[in-house]
Amino acid sequence: MLSIRNLHVSIKGKEILKGINLEVNPGEVHAIMGPNGTGKSTLAYVISGRDGYDVTEGEIIFKGRNILDLSAEERACEGLFLGFQYPVEIPGVSITNFLRTAINEQRKYKGLDPVPAPEFLAKMEEKKQLLELQDKLASRSVNEGFSGGEKKKNEIFQMAMLEPSLAILDETDSGLDIDALRIVATGVNKLRRPDNSTVVITHYQRLLEYIVPDVVHVLFDGRIVKSGGKELALLLEEKGYEWIRSES
Amino acid sequence: MEKDQNNILEEVTNSDYKYGFHTNIEMDTAPVGLNEDTIRFISAKKEEPEWLLEFRLNAYRHWLTLTEPGWAHIHHPPINYQDIIYYAAPKRKKELKSLDEVDPELLDTFNKLGISLEEQKKLSGVAVDAVIDSVSVKTTFTDTLAKYGVIFCSFSDAVKNHPDLVKQYMGSVVPSNDNFFAALNSAVFSDGSFCYIPKGVRCPVELSTYFRINAANTGQFERTLIVADEGAYVSYMEGCTAPMRDENQLHAAIVEIVAMKDAEVKYSTVQNWYPGNKKGEGGIYNFVTKRGICKGSYSKISWTQVETGSAITWKYPSVVLMGDNSIGEFYSVAVTNNFQQADTGTKMIHLGKNTRSTIISKGISAGQSNNSYRGLVKVIKRAENARNFSQCDSLLLGDKCGAHTYPYIKAENQSSIIEHEATTSKISDDQLFYCKQRGINSESAISLIVNGYAKEVLQHLPMEFAVEAQKLLAISLEGSVG
Ligand SMILES: Nc1ncnc2c1ncn2[C@@H]1O[C@H](COP(=O)(O)OP(=O)(O)OP(=O)(O)O)[C@@H](O)[C@H]1O
Ligand SMILES: [Mg+2]
Repeated sequence: MLSIRNLHVSIKGKEILKGINLEVNPGEVHAIMGPNGTGKSTLAYVISGRDGYDVTEGEIIFKGRNILDLSAEERACEGLFLGFQYPVEIPGVSITNFLRTAINEQRKYKGLDPVPAPEFLAKMEEKKQLLELQDKLASRSVNEGFSGGEKKKNEIFQMAMLEPSLAILDETDSGLDIDALRIVATGVNKLRRPDNSTVVITHYQRLLEYIVPDVVHVLFDGRIVKSGGKELALLLEEKGYEWIRSES
Repeated sequence: MEKDQNNILEEVTNSDYKYGFHTNIEMDTAPVGLNEDTIRFISAKKEEPEWLLEFRLNAYRHWLTLTEPGWAHIHHPPINYQDIIYYAAPKRKKELKSLDEVDPELLDTFNKLGISLEEQKKLSGVAVDAVIDSVSVKTTFTDTLAKYGVIFCSFSDAVKNHPDLVKQYMGSVVPSNDNFFAALNSAVFSDGSFCYIPKGVRCPVELSTYFRINAANTGQFERTLIVADEGAYVSYMEGCTAPMRDENQLHAAIVEIVAMKDAEVKYSTVQNWYPGNKKGEGGIYNFVTKRGICKGSYSKISWTQVETGSAITWKYPSVVLMGDNSIGEFYSVAVTNNFQQADTGTKMIHLGKNTRSTIISKGISAGQSNNSYRGLVKVIKRAENARNFSQCDSLLLGDKCGAHTYPYIKAENQSSIIEHEATTSKISDDQLFYCKQRGINSESAISLIVNGYAKEVLQHLPMEFAVEAQKLLAISLEGSVG
């Protein structure tokens, strides 16, 4: 699904990612953990094609294809989804309108006609229920005036609507109360299929009790310094990052 | 990153004018230039009564004493008023009874714009008074309207068939000596629309006029007069697009609205005249005087405008709130791109007690354009408890354009409450990336964000107009949407 080889990335001349290697197979869930400022969001942005990052070395292969030359929207249309750590407000644009536009653009990319309105609305309804979303949410402007938790839920809702092959969820758990966390996790689990994959970036072991990862990686100072099973998350929680620092 | 952003914005905001085409209709024109003979020619062509000729000549004589206003934030080479043809009309061979008799080329023009009369008539129930270069070609739905006593016709027909109404109200809101361009219009106006809603009548359809400038080098001087008698209601729509042109075309229209006691007039405009090319050559000069008067108590006038076209826009739809408890509203989206210049806004003149006004202005600037909001809120001494709320927002696309806000407030009554809010924003990299990450390309993203930004105004447009307006916003800022 995703394979990253020796990825080096700089921002304004400063190297942030210093040789990342990552292999995610279809059906797998990977977790990336690590202290603040080590480059987790940077990695997520680079994979999804945001401008302003210089890839100085390495490659990102997504579904068998090097995507470094693709624009952000092309990568999205190829089935890549990023759940934002800080979702962005778009005043005056309803979630319904936003999602319909997104879905239709993605369909256009694939040579399909726009989604018929009844089909679209039925899908909205289904996914709203899956995430126990309030009815009126869909008519509100994208993220405008949303609480922190609502924003994160909205990210997962969009993921559910767009049905990506690979979803990268950047700290989707932060800001969620315990019920919301359960709902979001359940949603993510229900959307799991043998042919799609998820990368969750998180600081908390707690999320991984709900979304059980196949592999846990520790990102430290721009490198993945440790990978292991779900027990690695527990170890981290117990010993803190000092332990990694002393090991590496 | 900043630089990339600007490149993208530049690319998507550099689209060519989509509605650039030209229809060939036999013209019947006045000689070039302006003098009393020109005015007599126009008046004679239109078989006008003596009083109207006098009105024109008085306006002309006053105009001679005036100079072009220089206070607006706009720049253009001097206009040679002697180099303009002041009258052009499609030759009318005979009276038209049905749409089948309308010049097929004209119908084709409307079809290209997606606003064919045929369709309008059949599908939307909208009465259309189509104006091409000064003479109304065909008025539809007159019969239905007649049942309600609603008069909706060309200005010339109104002069012929309802001279008393015209005489009573013409120039009562915008006097012929009001300003340079109003005086010019009053002297040479060619045609336009007239609308009268009798007492207590709620006009059953949206009244709609599509204007279209069509003859080379012809100034267009429309004149619209709308009168809503006591307790009447009407929603009026004016929309326009123009063919591609090299030389600048002057347009100086007048719109007058009168709302009597308990009457309400909703006036909506979508303006998409040729804005000039990417280098800033050509395009329409649009100097319009629009004003309404809430004459009776509890009357209401609301202006909604979407301005995407013209090289220069100079336009301040205003409301004189004379009746107690009357309401004035102004909702505006003005888009400028490339080298366009817009200086637009409103005047709310509070004369009566408990009068209220609302101003929502959304400016969108792209390219190297300049977009100014200019507004006046005036409350006179006797206007107890007047209220105004103004919100003026500017959205900048790129870093070569300009946005300016000139709010003037003159309050002579202590009890008045006047609020003014203003913001300036940019489409952020974060917003664009967020959209792109969902698969929406820059072009569509900008269209989406801009339409969201303008929503507060667009929602005041009649349904069928709102869709067209959204498309226009997209077209004027992008290459391929629509
Ligand atoms: N646009 C930018 N300009 C300059 N420095 C940046 C930029 N974006 C990220 N950085 C820097 O890159 C480093 C990695 O940031 P990143 O956001 O990827 O960290 P993170 O691991 O996601 O942290 P957190 O856990 O706090 O979310 C930080 O030192 C950050 O300051
Ligand atoms: Mg982060």
